[in-house]
Amino acid sequence: MNTQAALSPSESPTGSLSVDQLFVYYGDKRAMGPVSMTIPGKRVTALIGPSGCGKSTFLRSLNRMNEMILGCRVEGEVKLDDEPIYGPGVDAVAVRRRIGMVFQKSNPFPKSIYDNVAYGLRIGGLTDRAELTGKVEHALKQSALWEEVKDRLHESALGLSGGQQQRLCIARALAVEPDVLLMDEPASALDPIATAHIEELIHELAHDYTVVIVTHNMQQAARVSHHTAFFYMGDLIEFDRTQVIFTKPSQSKTEDYITGRFG
Amino acid sequence: MGDSVLWVATGLATLLVLVILLVILVDVIKNGAPRLTLGFITKAPSEGMTAGGIFPAIFGTVALVLLMTIAALPAGVATAVFLHEYANPTAAATRIVRIAVNNLAGVPSIVFGLFGLCFFVQFVGGGIDKFFYGGDKVFGQPALIWAALTMAILTLPVVIVATEEALSAVPRDMRLASAALGASKFQTVLHVVLPQAVPGILTGAILAISRGAGEVAPILFTGAAYFLPTLPRTLHDQFMQLGYHVYVLATQSPDVDATRPLLYATVLVLLVLTFALNATAIIVRSRMRKKFSGSHA
Repeated sequence: MNTQAALSPSESPTGSLSVDQLFVYYGDKRAMGPVSMTIPGKRVTALIGPSGCGKSTFLRSLNRMNEMILGCRVEGEVKLDDEPIYGPGVDAVAVRRRIGMVFQKSNPFPKSIYDNVAYGLRIGGLTDRAELTGKVEHALKQSALWEEVKDRLHESALGLSGGQQQRLCIARALAVEPDVLLMDEPASALDPIATAHIEELIHELAHDYTVVIVTHNMQQAARVSHHTAFFYMGDLIEFDRTQVIFTKPSQSKTEDYITGRFG
Repeated sequence: MGDSVLWVATGLATLLVLVILLVILVDVIKNGAPRLTLGFITKAPSEGMTAGGIFPAIFGTVALVLLMTIAALPAGVATAVFLHEYANPTAAATRIVRIAVNNLAGVPSIVFGLFGLCFFVQFVGGGIDKFFYGGDKVFGQPALIWAALTMAILTLPVVIVATEEALSAVPRDMRLASAALGASKFQTVLHVVLPQAVPGILTGAILAISRGAGEVAPILFTGAAYFLPTLPRTLHDQFMQLGYHVYVLATQSPDVDATRPLLYATVLVLLVLTFALNATAIIVRSRMRKKFSGSHA
């Protein structure tokens, strides 16, 4: 694929994440690991598995959001295009500017639509009004929300529907031009039509971004992702192309899960 | 059966509260309103406080409450932000600070008055005089600034507790969303958490102002004057205050019958002023709440 050719505005050529012997502990208890895998750049990678299997914990360790949880400890290394994100002297804040995140429940700030999308840019120090407006518009177009909100940018974001709010959160994350977008069950609280919108969007985003998505919905994983990782009891059981995982998994546990024998 | 007994008992208790409030208001308004002329609220007392108005006391009260708020609000909000956002909740030091805040709220107000006299007037004020005024008495005596600071300490726990509650009410989602966008903790607190906590912080300010406007004990030794012909012009002047003026009128008058209508009118003004300060803060708060409620979808 010729996706390398200046599609992303960032310096990163690929935006791939390589995970090496990663463990996550809550207190003394191992929540996940060891996990080693390479998440390919500019592709959608789905993380599936039953509740409590560690997939969300793994997702949060990719942009150091686990550090917001008291008593959480991470061992091992994750590299974004060969740059360590856990190394000494690496600032978690800087990591999160390159690896954005969208949450299960849409969480727009109680500010205007415009101010929501501009938030990350403003805290990053951008004050030029014209530049801000241009980037806000671009992000809203990328998240396919522009047509619906262009006449009400300065109204409260809380007046949007659930699906629109989630696309706003995606726009907000894209505005800071990250390399990677992490999504934690981004459509689980939405109706089927809004879900279809989000899935279509995820597909589009893979042209420019590396997308890692946690989902409980296996049809969704099959529809949107190029690669799928199956987690079980804190371990990475299998990681392969989505087509392979869903047709010829090499592990019997994977097969049991996707055929609905447990989970 | 049990239900109806409880209904009557709780109803009567409620009624009692209403009746008491009504009796106070009716009594104060009936006896105070006739004396409440324009001259009363714009002139200074005269003829041994048996005539004239109470303008200096109104001015002093407003000045005191404003200065108190300016001092207490930033300190209280900063303390609450530290306790809630930064301090390790399980650390011993954090718990000690919390216990201290709660105990501060339980200290009798006259003790604050004595503390203010010792600490602010004599120690801080006296110290300023010694170093900057060559021992002349400028700051080392009861003054508006010391009374306001004493009152600020008295109302600090109110502000801290209200602010902490407001901070707790900000959903964790908001902090996570901000962090995920590459905001530092300080940026998150400043741009996301505090703006959402503003209505709650204003509630704290309302409570602090209500308390501050009505308290007399903390200012007895720290700045309130029995009678002053002029308004305070600097922070180190003494001032008259409504609550203290009520006390003076009630206990120190040479002619009780001549003073009584003035006393009623002064109480009425004090009530109206407190109410007006509260109402302003409540209006500001509800505007803040409405601003982004999103109900106009």
